[in-house]
Amino acid sequence: MAASETKSSERIAARERAAEYLVSRHRFQWPEALPWLLAIAAFFIFPDRMTFGGQVLIWVMFALSLDLILGYAGIVTLGHAAFFGIGAYTVGLLIARLSWSEPLSSLVAAALMAALIGFISGWFLLRYLGLTLLMLTLATAIMLQETGNLRPDISGGYDGLPGLTIAPLFGKFYYDLYGHVNYLYVLGVLAIVFYLVRRIVYSPFGQALTGIRENVRRMHAIGSPVHRRLVTVYTIAAAIAGVAGALFTQTNAYVTLTVFDFDNSAKVMVMLILGGTGRLYGAFVGAVVYMVLEDYFSKLSPTFWQFGIGLLLVLAVLFARRGLLGLVEDAGRTFSKREKS
Amino acid sequence: MSEHALEVEGLHHAFGALPVARDINLSLARGARRALIGPNGAGKTTLVNLITGVLRPSSGRVLLDGADITATSQAERARRGLARTFQINQLFRGLTVLENLCMTIGERDGECSNLWRSAGSKRAVIDEALDHLDSLRLVDDSLKLVRELPYGRQRLVEIAIALAQKPRVLLLDEPAAGVPSSESHLILDVVAALDPDIAVLIIEHDMDVVFRFAKQITVLVQGAVFTQGTPEEIMANEDVRAVYLGQEGHKGGRHA
Repeated sequence: MAASETKSSERIAARERAAEYLVSRHRFQWPEALPWLLAIAAFFIFPDRMTFGGQVLIWVMFALSLDLILGYAGIVTLGHAAFFGIGAYTVGLLIARLSWSEPLSSLVAAALMAALIGFISGWFLLRYLGLTLLMLTLATAIMLQETGNLRPDISGGYDGLPGLTIAPLFGKFYYDLYGHVNYLYVLGVLAIVFYLVRRIVYSPFGQALTGIRENVRRMHAIGSPVHRRLVTVYTIAAAIAGVAGALFTQTNAYVTLTVFDFDNSAKVMVMLILGGTGRLYGAFVGAVVYMVLEDYFSKLSPTFWQFGIGLLLVLAVLFARRGLLGLVEDAGRTFSKREKS
Repeated sequence: MSEHALEVEGLHHAFGALPVARDINLSLARGARRALIGPNGAGKTTLVNLITGVLRPSSGRVLLDGADITATSQAERARRGLARTFQINQLFRGLTVLENLCMTIGERDGECSNLWRSAGSKRAVIDEALDHLDSLRLVDDSLKLVRELPYGRQRLVEIAIALAQKPRVLLLDEPAAGVPSSESHLILDVVAALDPDIAVLIIEHDMDVVFRFAKQITVLVQGAVFTQGTPEEIMANEDVRAVYLGQEGHKGGRHA
């Protein structure tokens, strides 16, 4: 009798532990404040590098949008620059052709345009998997680029749209030469976007995305509307990439058709994989490390800087298959094991 | 409401020139316990794939509770109460056992369309998932990743997911396949204790299990129903012995 009682109380305790994990998983943990504190610290430590800092944050946002679809839903794409480009050109065209230069409403417009293109292309493309999808996403980005090239009277062709003037932020803050306003502006938008992505990732929908990544066959078998889930997340990721592109145009005050380049699709994927996929903060680590090293190497050797990046990638593939964050996790695990024993 | 939970009428399917389902008629009453047996390559798994919508038949109909579901998608059939397990595990290997179950319940209830609330905020979902795990004695494994479990435990998760769908019709494709016999009894106990309201079709090679569990048996040979009947009738049927059990004997002889 007593034995069965302890057994059932053990079982209840085991249930409680298991439930607690899921209940508390989405709660804010203190290490999560670290990237934000560093971003603010960077503002005070490197006041003369804020133009560069703003660009890094834009790439963080771009990589974050890719993490939603690649890291969580397992969609492999080589055309994510398409949505970055749509966002960038939405802002550029609004200013150059319609004289609409208010930054925040332009961001919304860019998000909506990118979402629309994401929805339409996703609806057709997300029936495919693997290599087929890779080629189709790549083709989509090239087609959009060439569409721009077809009408240079509107898009400015390969010369792009130079010398755009953005209206002051909130009608009050003018953009300084050091990029201080821009940096804080991008950081603010990134914080909002990050909050949204974090909610999505820990929602039941986010759980279903990981299910699709882990085993799409079983998802069909348990009744999941897989295509609808994928199109939804693809549309959201496109919107976020569009916002990143919009910020790119706004902070640089110009845009050219190179935003659609395959290089950009590849670069954002490399960043994310370098940092670690499916981890939210992989985008932060990957983008910052990549951008800082690129900047450092290109100063060191303006002709051979890509060698350094290549070397880094080889090392990452050899020793950090799950990205730098994966490496940190493994190190943490080994450390805590040693402590126990 | 139809008296049959599941009906299959005149089902035909071919892989190229090879017919794999030939005019198959099969029905499961509410709460039925039917076994599907037949030699390797008889088309048993193909039939499960045709019933669940993985494959589309070239002709014939599938009815669930009297409603024609032949044209509906796999997911739609699952939402209407048709669940299956796979011969080879199809699990969410990189997720915890508990998440495997919670996600299944979430998809069943349409919760997974929610992008905003946290997945852990509905205690009822977690409790139900734990109940399912409890009944299969998997609670202690609930926070382990599926891929870290031994194969026999994974097999139980495979069944737990199907049960979490709260199906009215359950198709079990060799639930104990690949599990050492020292552990397979655990799985077969679970199968034996299934809710009597669920209509069950089980594919199984172990004749002891088939005769213990099933109230009806369908014998499939070369994509066609060879015969159907109670376990006693099938056991007494000389043709079945020749076609099925005989072939098994032949195989055994070859290995020896």
